[in-house]
Amino acid sequence: MVELIAADTIGEPAINISIFGVFVLITLVITFRASRKNSSAADFYAAGRNISATQNGLAIAGDYLSAASFLGIAGAIAVYGYDGFLYSIGFLVAWLVALLLVAELLRNTARFTMADVLAFRMRQGPVRTAAAISTLVVSLFYLLAQMAGAGGLVTLLLGVSGEAAQAVTVVVVGALMIFYVLVGGMRGTTYVQVIKATLLIIGALVMTIWVLGTYGFNLSALIGGAISSGGQAVAEPGAQYGLTGVSKLDFISLGLALVLGTAGLPHVLMRFYTVPTAKDARRSVVWAIWLIGIFYLFSLVIGYGAGALVGKAEILAAPGAANAAAPLLAFELGGTALLGIISGVAFATILAVVAGLTITASASFAHDIYASVIKKGQASPTSEVKVARIAAIVIGAVAIGLGILALQAGLNIAFLVALAFAVAASANLPTILYTLFWKNFTTQGALWSIYGGLIACVTLIIFSPVVSGAPLNEATGTSTSLFQGVDFHWFPLSNPGLVSIPLSFFLGWLGTKLSEEKPDVAKYAELEVRSLTGIGAEKAVPH
Amino acid sequence: MTLPPDRRLLTPEEYRQAQDSPEFSELRRRFRRFAVPMTVAFLAWYLLYVLLSTYAHDLMSRQVFGNVNIGLLLGLAQFVTTFAITTLYVRHAGRSTDPIADEMRDRLEAHEFGTPRSEEPTRG
Repeated sequence: MVELIAADTIGEPAINISIFGVFVLITLVITFRASRKNSSAADFYAAGRNISATQNGLAIAGDYLSAASFLGIAGAIAVYGYDGFLYSIGFLVAWLVALLLVAELLRNTARFTMADVLAFRMRQGPVRTAAAISTLVVSLFYLLAQMAGAGGLVTLLLGVSGEAAQAVTVVVVGALMIFYVLVGGMRGTTYVQVIKATLLIIGALVMTIWVLGTYGFNLSALIGGAISSGGQAVAEPGAQYGLTGVSKLDFISLGLALVLGTAGLPHVLMRFYTVPTAKDARRSVVWAIWLIGIFYLFSLVIGYGAGALVGKAEILAAPGAANAAAPLLAFELGGTALLGIISGVAFATILAVVAGLTITASASFAHDIYASVIKKGQASPTSEVKVARIAAIVIGAVAIGLGILALQAGLNIAFLVALAFAVAASANLPTILYTLFWKNFTTQGALWSIYGGLIACVTLIIFSPVVSGAPLNEATGTSTSLFQGVDFHWFPLSNPGLVSIPLSFFLGWLGTKLSEEKPDVAKYAELEVRSLTGIGAEKAVPH
Repeated sequence: MTLPPDRRLLTPEEYRQAQDSPEFSELRRRFRRFAVPMTVAFLAWYLLYVLLSTYAHDLMSRQVFGNVNIGLLLGLAQFVTTFAITTLYVRHAGRSTDPIADEMRDRLEAHEFGTPRSEEPTRG
């Protein structure tokens, strides 16, 4: 199957590569400039906490609008219409949880990582370890999705085919991202995100206006075009999930994971620490909500536009399948030039998100596991940052390995990201909320909730149709499962959120109720007063 | 780790006194008065939308004008309510919680809460 792909490559690979190259060059220069200010741990992890609210809002959008949002959602809308739209709504509404309940309180109480808050009132060692493990698992799921997106895109755009060439591309993407993180730290990563978000939103705006212009700025006519290519079903709910009772439950499970996942994503939480105050954290989330919401409105138009102008059948036949919808639409609209720009932006997107994930995972390892658990808080900041840099290399290498494995799977990346959201909503969100708002919450409750949610979620994914036993696609003769030809699945839903999220909330409550130790009342007083007033919050590093 | 004088953390006693103070109760009440009902409301509205999309296929497919159906309009309404709640929250925080938080933070920094050092911090 892979050998056929070269013939389907669209556009001029040379143009695609050179536009991407320009982006890499510009961001490398900026990263180098940013590296001059990288001396302390607060610089490396949190960009000295002096990123402005507007910049951070753009950077949050840059972190959040991953390949899943751009390629995955547009593709899901192009192929399944209405059901793809749900992804964007869930991804957006989820930000209200972050805005109303989490962002400011976290900025006021934590220093560098999610575990800073989760372990605040608890026994440090066990809770930090649990939070760090769950940070690493969520980040790896998310990385897997980005790398899978990179693989599909490479095949489509750069004219490379064959597993070896694809693997080389993933290695190049991975090496670049390690470089950004090592040299630029959080500040360099932030600038990469800001540039990428700007490019991505402008690119999507151009495509949106172009598509709407083609249909006389008439949404109904655009949907009519998508219907004539993909059938009436694309305008109605249920094209992807409405077939059976089980798939309907799967849809609800997905919806729950999306809306509760965002506020538990470690790389999103870490962005709140890069601004000077909690009010800036609030302003940056407001920026992010507007940018992300408007972007998703664009992707509705782009998705239906791809369905109408490129056609569902052609999208599904392309390498990368649904993920190829947006690039194919760009080629249909603006030929080689627009395709080159859009694919350059898509690559930039993957690179920037992967860099954000890597710095989060490495910070969590260095700050939570190395400095707090192994060295019992006695590590010098210099050695901590050094460990973070080494961890970034290791995590980058793991991401490259996973990416090469994920290349052939052909899963929709929005769907893969939804699994990362399910893990975040199951393992992290209940403990974050209990810690901030429930006076009697204890260490045992936190551990039961984090490990229970994490283990339940990952176990259910392993024994779901995602990993084995999904029905075969007649057109390609393969299934959407990670492993072909075996079937050990017993859990019917593709997204485990419906089971694992309530379970984690329940375990947090039960673990607390059965706990023999008393909650630390003094620490709760400190947490509550600090979280709401901002007293004792980490300050920006003066330059 | 030594902190510069202006960053010196408060004593547990001071945090307890601040937590028990009437202005902090008011701050907490105002924060929760907005955040809790609003969270319940937007989650319920979102889940209603997901459930309708799943189990009320015919209703959601009913066309309102041209090819635009109720499902799409309700989906777009989710965007509108998200933007609206964001704006309302910013206004609520600016008017209702920020003034108390700012004032309390200044007083905490001046160590105006509690009578530190002379007594043992009370532990619950």
